[in-house]
This record gives sequence, C-alpha cells and structure tokens, in this order.
Amino acid sequence: MTQREWEVVIGLETHAQLLTKSKIFSGASIAFGASPNVQACAVDLALPGTLPVLNREVVSHAIRLGLALGSKITPVSVFARKNYFYPDLPKGYQISQMDLPVVVGGSLRIDVNGQEKEVVLTRAHLEEDAGKSLHEDFAGPHGELSSGIDLNRAGTPLLEIVTEPVMRSAAEAVAYAKQLHALVMWLGICDGNMQEGSFRCDANVSVRHQGEIKFGTRCEIKNLNSFKFLEEAIQFEVRRQIELIEDGGIVKQETRLYDPDRGETRSMRSKEDAQDYRYFPDPDLLPVNISKEWIAQIQDLMPPLPAELRGRWQTAYGLSSYDSTLLTQDRETAEFFMELIEKIDQSMVKAAANLMTGDFAFALNRDGLRAWQSPVLPVHLAELLKRLQDGTISNKIAKEIFTLLWERGQKEPLQLEGVVDQVIDQEGLRQISDTGAIELIIDEVLLANTKSVEEYRSGKEKAFNALVGQIMKTSKGKANPAQVNALLKQKLTPT
Amino acid sequence: MNWHLQNLTQLQNSLQQGLIDSVGLTSFFLERISQLKHLNAFLDVQPETSMAQARQADLLIREGKGGPLTGIPIAHKDVFVTKVWKSTAGSKILANYTSPFDATVVERLGLDGAGMVSLGKTNMDEFAMGSSNENSAYGPTLNPWNLERVPGGSSGGSAAAVAAGLAPIATGTDTGGSIRQPAAFCGLTGLKPSYGRVSRYGMIAYASSLDQAGPMGKNAKDCSLIMNAIAGHDPKDSSSLEKDNEDYCRHLGKPWLDKNNLVDKPLQGLRIGVPKEYFSDGLDGEVRTAVENALRAFEGLGAVCVDVSLPKTELSIPTYYVLAPAEASSNLSRYDGVRYGHRSADYKNLAQMYERSRAEGFGAEVKRRILIGTYVLSQGYYDAYYLQAQKIRRIIAQDFQNTFLECDVLMGPVAPGVAWKFSEKSSDPVQMYLEDIYTLSPNLAGLPAMSIPCGCSTSKMPIGLQIIGNYFSEARMLQIADYFQQASNWHLQQSPLLAPPASNGEVS
Repeated sequence: MTQREWEVVIGLETHAQLLTKSKIFSGASIAFGASPNVQACAVDLALPGTLPVLNREVVSHAIRLGLALGSKITPVSVFARKNYFYPDLPKGYQISQMDLPVVVGGSLRIDVNGQEKEVVLTRAHLEEDAGKSLHEDFAGPHGELSSGIDLNRAGTPLLEIVTEPVMRSAAEAVAYAKQLHALVMWLGICDGNMQEGSFRCDANVSVRHQGEIKFGTRCEIKNLNSFKFLEEAIQFEVRRQIELIEDGGIVKQETRLYDPDRGETRSMRSKEDAQDYRYFPDPDLLPVNISKEWIAQIQDLMPPLPAELRGRWQTAYGLSSYDSTLLTQDRETAEFFMELIEKIDQSMVKAAANLMTGDFAFALNRDGLRAWQSPVLPVHLAELLKRLQDGTISNKIAKEIFTLLWERGQKEPLQLEGVVDQVIDQEGLRQISDTGAIELIIDEVLLANTKSVEEYRSGKEKAFNALVGQIMKTSKGKANPAQVNALLKQKLTPT
Repeated sequence: MNWHLQNLTQLQNSLQQGLIDSVGLTSFFLERISQLKHLNAFLDVQPETSMAQARQADLLIREGKGGPLTGIPIAHKDVFVTKVWKSTAGSKILANYTSPFDATVVERLGLDGAGMVSLGKTNMDEFAMGSSNENSAYGPTLNPWNLERVPGGSSGGSAAAVAAGLAPIATGTDTGGSIRQPAAFCGLTGLKPSYGRVSRYGMIAYASSLDQAGPMGKNAKDCSLIMNAIAGHDPKDSSSLEKDNEDYCRHLGKPWLDKNNLVDKPLQGLRIGVPKEYFSDGLDGEVRTAVENALRAFEGLGAVCVDVSLPKTELSIPTYYVLAPAEASSNLSRYDGVRYGHRSADYKNLAQMYERSRAEGFGAEVKRRILIGTYVLSQGYYDAYYLQAQKIRRIIAQDFQNTFLECDVLMGPVAPGVAWKFSEKSSDPVQMYLEDIYTLSPNLAGLPAMSIPCGCSTSKMPIGLQIIGNYFSEARMLQIADYFQQASNWHLQQSPLLAPPASNGEVS
C-alpha cells in the first residue's frame, strides 16, 4: 500500500463562563472560591418546589457574542432539559438548549502563521454548569464512606460555542481558541480565567486520508483548560489515531481525557455507554422572545471589534498587521491606545504604536500589570511623543524618559501635565541641535580617534559608524543624530 | 356551636362579631381532626404552631388589621412545601422532609398574607399521581360520605377534610382533575384556575405544564375569597401570569348581562355549551340525570344550552398519559438520595444507591409513570409519542376555542361515576386512567374548570357538575356557580360525619 498523507479534522466545543453577578436560574452569587455550598440556594440545591427563573443578562451576553461573530440570533429561543443522573447534578437534569439555541452560525477569522482562515461556527447555546464532586472522605447518613458535593458552581451560566469540523491542525485549533478567548474577554462576557475553568474546550478529533470526503471516527477530548494542553492533547490524539489505523486497528468513538502529566489521552467512556439524554423543552421556562429592539439595544452598546480597529488603523495610519494585532490583543490595550492617539498628531501614531508594543508592553509584562494599571497614562505618552516630534528629544532619550516616568509613577501618581518636560529639564536630556555645540563634540572625538579617521579615509565605511557612536556617547545621546551625521560627513570630506 | 358547618363568610362574621376568636376556632378544628383521625385525611398536624398562628391572627383582628380571611383556619395539600409541617407529597421518599421555605400559596394565605391559620397538611396520592388516594404511601384517606369508598384524588385528603368538617376550606392542586374529581366525590366546590393564575413555586412538581393550585371549599363564594388571596403574578414562577390580580368576587350576585333592571332572570344571555362527547356510553346513568337536571336548573335561571362537540376528548387520555409522565420522569429525578429524602441503607456503589433509594422510596404508580415518561422521551420514541402528544394537545386547545365561539362556558360531568369502593379499580391502572376522561382536557388546554355539587346517587354519594370556562374567566365561572348555589342546595348536603354533629366519629 502506498503511503498517503493524513488529514486532521478538528471541531471545538468551548464552554465560556458568562460574567454575571448571579446564576443563570437563581439569585445566588457565582463568585469563585467560596466555601463549599455557601453559594447554593434552594433552587441550586433542587429542593422540592423550587423553580428556575432566567437571568436575562446571560441572554444579552449570548447576543453580544452572536453579533460579534455575524451569527443569526434566534427570535424565539427555547431551554431544554438534558436528563442524566450524577451526584453533582442536583435536579437530575441540566437546563440547556437543544433545538433553538440563542446563537446560530457565524464565523471567526483566525491567523495561523500569517495564513488567514475563517472558522465556521455551528451554534452557541446557554446552559447551567453542574456542581463539583469532592472525592475525600465524608460520612453518609448511615455512616458509610461517601464523597462530598459542592454545589457553589451549580447553576453558573455557561455559553457553549460549537464550531463545525473545519480546523485542520492543532495550531489552527489553538489559534481559534486564543482568538475566541480574546473575543469573549473583549466583549466583557467572560473573564477568560482558564485556571478557574471560566474558559475550557472539548476537542473533537478525527483523521482521514487526504482527499477523502467522509470524516473518520472522532474522539472527543474533554475539559482542556489551557492552550498548551489543547495543543498537546490534539497532537497526541492525532498520532494515536494514525498509528492505530496504520497498525490495522479502527478508531472507536469515545470520550477521552487528557493527562498532562503523562502527555496522553485516556478513554473515559465509549459510545456504547453514551447516555440517552431525553431532551425535551423545559416546561418551567417560557420560550425567550428576543426582539429586534433588544438586539438593537445591545448592538448600540457594542465596543468596536478588534478586526474593525485593526483595519481602521492599518489604512488610516499605516500600522503593520503585527503591531495592530498586538494592540488589539485585549480591549484595555486597544482602549489605552485609542485614548493615546486622540491626543497626538497623526504623523506620530506609528511611533505611538512602537512605544506601546515595545517599552510599554515590556514594562507591563515585567510588572504583571494590565494596561489601565500602568503608572504611565496616555496623557504622559502623548507628551513624550510630542517632544519626540518637535525634536526636543531623540528616540533613544524617549526610551530613557519612559523608564524614568514609569519608575516615578510607581512611587506616586504622576501629575497629568508637564511631567515629561520636567524630567527632560531635571535630567538635562534636551537634544543638542545647536550646530556649534555639536561641532565642538565632533572635533573632540576626531582628535581622540585619529585611527578611525585614517581608516575611514582609506575607504573603511564602518569606521564612520564607530565615530558616530563615539560622538553620541560623548553627547550622552543628546546630540541630534541627523545633524551629527551631516556634520561629520562634512568634516571628514577633504576640502 | 357547629363552626364546621359555617362557610367562610359566616366564620368571618362570627370572628368579627366576637362570637369566637381564631384561637377558639383553631382548637375546635384541631379537636375534630384528632377525633376523626381514622379518616386519615391529615399527614401532619402541629397543634402548637397552629395555635400560635391563631393567637397572632387574633391580635391582627383586635388591632383592626385583619382582612376577610384573617383568623380562619385552612388545610393545605401536602404537595405544598412548608417550613413547620413535613412536606412529603404523599411519598415515602420524602418522609420527614421539611422545607426551608413556604410555598407561595401557603405564604399568601398565611399570617404574612391573608392571615389564615394553617391546620396542617392533607393526605394525597403520591406526587399527585392518582384518582383515588390509594396511591398515598401513608394509606388512603376515607371518604366521609362512606368510609368504604375512595375520596377521589389526588387531593383526596383536602376533599375529605372539608367534607368531614375538619377544616372550613383547603388547598388542592389539579394536574388532570385532582381538585375537581375529589371535590365531586366529596360534595365540594373546587376550582382549578387557568394555567399561570396561581404560582407553582413551592408546589412539589408532578407535570409542570399542567399543574395548577386552587381552592376546595363549601361553595363558590368561599373559593372566590381564596382566589383573591392566592392568585396573581409571582416573580419566582416564570410560568405565572404577569397580570395584576383581580377581585374574584366582583361578579357575584350580579346578573350575567350586567344590566340590572332589564333582565328578569339573572343568567339571561348565558350560553352553556354541552359537549356531546361528555355524555357518551361510559357515563353512569345517575350522574347523567343529575347533570342534565343541573342544566335544566341553569335554563331556569335564564341560560340557554347549546350542543357543541369536543371531538378529541377521548384522545385526551393517551395525550395526558404521555405528556404528564414525560414531565414527571424528569421532575422526579431530583429524588436521588443524594441531598435529601430517602437514601437506601444498603448500597455498594453510586448506581446501586440511586437504584435502591428510588426503588425503596417510590410507590408502584409513581414508578409506572416514571417508566412511561422515560420511555416516551427516549431516542427513537420521542417523535412518535412526545411530539405527537404535543400536537394533539394543541388541537385539543383549539377545539375548545372553537366551541367558545358558540358558548360562554361548557358544562358536563366531572367523572363518569360516583366515588368507587376501595380496591375496586386499583388493580387495573388503565381502568383508573379512564376515570379521568372529562377532567384531563382542560389541563391540556390550560383552561379554568370547576366542580360543583349537583346531585346525589342512590348509594348516597355526591355527584359533581363540571364548568369549564375560557382563559381567565374564573370570576365569571364563580358567578355562574354562585347563582346555581343560590337556587339549589346540593352544596349544602352534609356527609354523615357532619350531620348530626353529635355523632362525631361514630359513623361507620
């Protein structure tokens, strides 16, 4: 048999925990980390006689995502019961959506190593989370060894976002997951905290020979709560399936779990154990009417989307795709940047982008801060850029001033106006643009570096740069580089 | 005094005139409950709490803060959860369960609402599944009219309690006839309101899209007074109607056409639809005669009868017995032994804990309906059963709307016969299901329906007339029933346990 190329097919189901104060069907809080069961009310415990009441904010969140993905918003959306028994599922059914989810279709554009791709979505539906089993030693009512249940998480609102099987590599899956992660945070509908489980993925993975039309049998890898695990799990699973088939075996449809310590996926349950969830519309909840007015209201308050901003900045200011992507990585950074460019001249936007993706991003990262926690505000960066524009300081000095501002700002809040000029004056960092002053420095350097001068005159171009370096050093970086270049050339050219 | 023979208006007057106080009334009824314990009408009585409530009610009355119901005792069907009284829904799986909150109905009737005093919780078919009370895990309630006969179900305990004078009035719930049929079997007036009228919060769910709470009392006016207290939107129940509550007494005593001086008969202009399917072969001759006599009496009051048809009446049985069990199978999943309720003492793993806890905790009829419900929702059967039943449900609702183009209300029997003897039908569940034929369709359509006494069989058992109205026409239905009761005295018939009162508990 000839060796044929394998094609990987991946679809993702992502659970995004929605950012609300209370649960999807009860008034209990959803804050993370409380003691077991203190955030579970009668409804969450499924006490007899309790009824769910929909928290409409979760529907608004779903609509927000739908609008951002260009999806169809279902005008009458229905909640359904998914029936199964598990100790952490208090009602014996999960309220979810089956036939009429809030969000249908849509797509998300991703970038994999410079290649753009459209990931098509199937749907996004609302549902409640289950509780958590605590497998420690507890005593049951008859004194028997037992497990514990923490129902704080039960009823936490989730949006399950499902893609079509359109991704063809682990890299694409990760790019999609990252992009979606950024988007839900951008929209303010999810805090994106993967460690706390606010954003987690199930990956449906199958392989087939290149050119085949039918999909291979898929396996679902559950609960991947980091991009690294997502990538590793898919890569392992792909290898496993290919090896299995090449060794003459067949892939069984099953649910698998990824063990990050061993770097492998393990079978959790096979399709034969798959349950019949007996979905049916929940009679306790009326169908949700999503009016055009409701959608319009949300649309009006939507922030500009990252792709929109990137396009705008690239055409208006000539920013690179790389810079604009960095600047739209999260909404805070983008808003910070937008506030900055409002305060500066159009010609300085590129320099502003460089400053933000360079020194600013580095400093934030180093100190573990988010954009709006920065001690240096857009107003300060604008002042800095102005001084760069009018030639008061050089690029190099600008970096130096930024560092000084950052250090000062961390000690006490910077005053809003004039702080950059203050630093320039106090530290004597004003650029030297006076020809006479620069000539004096050049002469001093030429006298001390006769060897370099000779080398340059005998044709070694490199010696010129060495001389410029010396001049800048002597001027403590303050000499205007353009003027230094011109004057030095003049002096070295035999008259 | 024969306080147990007084209706709510009379009791209200007695309280206001100081002929008795709430403490006196409450101890009187508690005394009767304990004397007639063998009826098994109550599952839980907490005299101290009832008396404490009565003392508070008396305080309210003395301070002039009382309403029309303040201080009057009431019994609650055990399907409503309560903080003090156990809430078992007639099931062993909830033996000893007490709720951390009161059901909305209980709360609205209680001291923080209408000011009534709770006497305790009444017996019922387990999880409201049954038509005879024989499905209670705590033994059946006996019919006060004849202790060898069933009181009907599932609100049989409430019906017997009122019929035996153990409570002036009681709450019930009706999923397929559970207020109307026991009311008919025990000679009471019972109202199942339109779906969404009364909050289901705190009602232990059987079939959520059909369940509705309502009053069971001595007459239509008593039911109106209770409706005034319990109906109205509840933010805790999404299916409860977002409508301001209305005064259900507002039409009482006024002529149907509301043109006071221009009519000589009060119900002139009322068109009563008589569905021919409600008078089919299965109907007992005595019941037929009694219902027909009632229709003649209505004609005497000025109404006209028109023949109508509800062609899908027979299909209401299979439709109901697909949809109600489907919802029940899911609603009852929470009774799993994990968080509360019965847990088997003998299990080795999780699956066994579920299986044994539920096998030990649920009775036969409940298990049967869980099995049916699980089956009809299963993959491959869902379309054929559940979806098909939903379609017929919509047709049934539409059929009613068609008849309401020709008439204002519908009338017919509540049940094919009078209360039967214990064990007579319990061996054949299907035979039992057929008894529900006249009561199921209003639930499927969500319509209000009531039962009023209209006769008595040769076996000395009461017969009920069913009135079915269009959506939210309860006040009008009560007006009609009230006129009938002004003109007849079927509702004043007393079970042998009431008359003579001296024979308390001595009747066999």
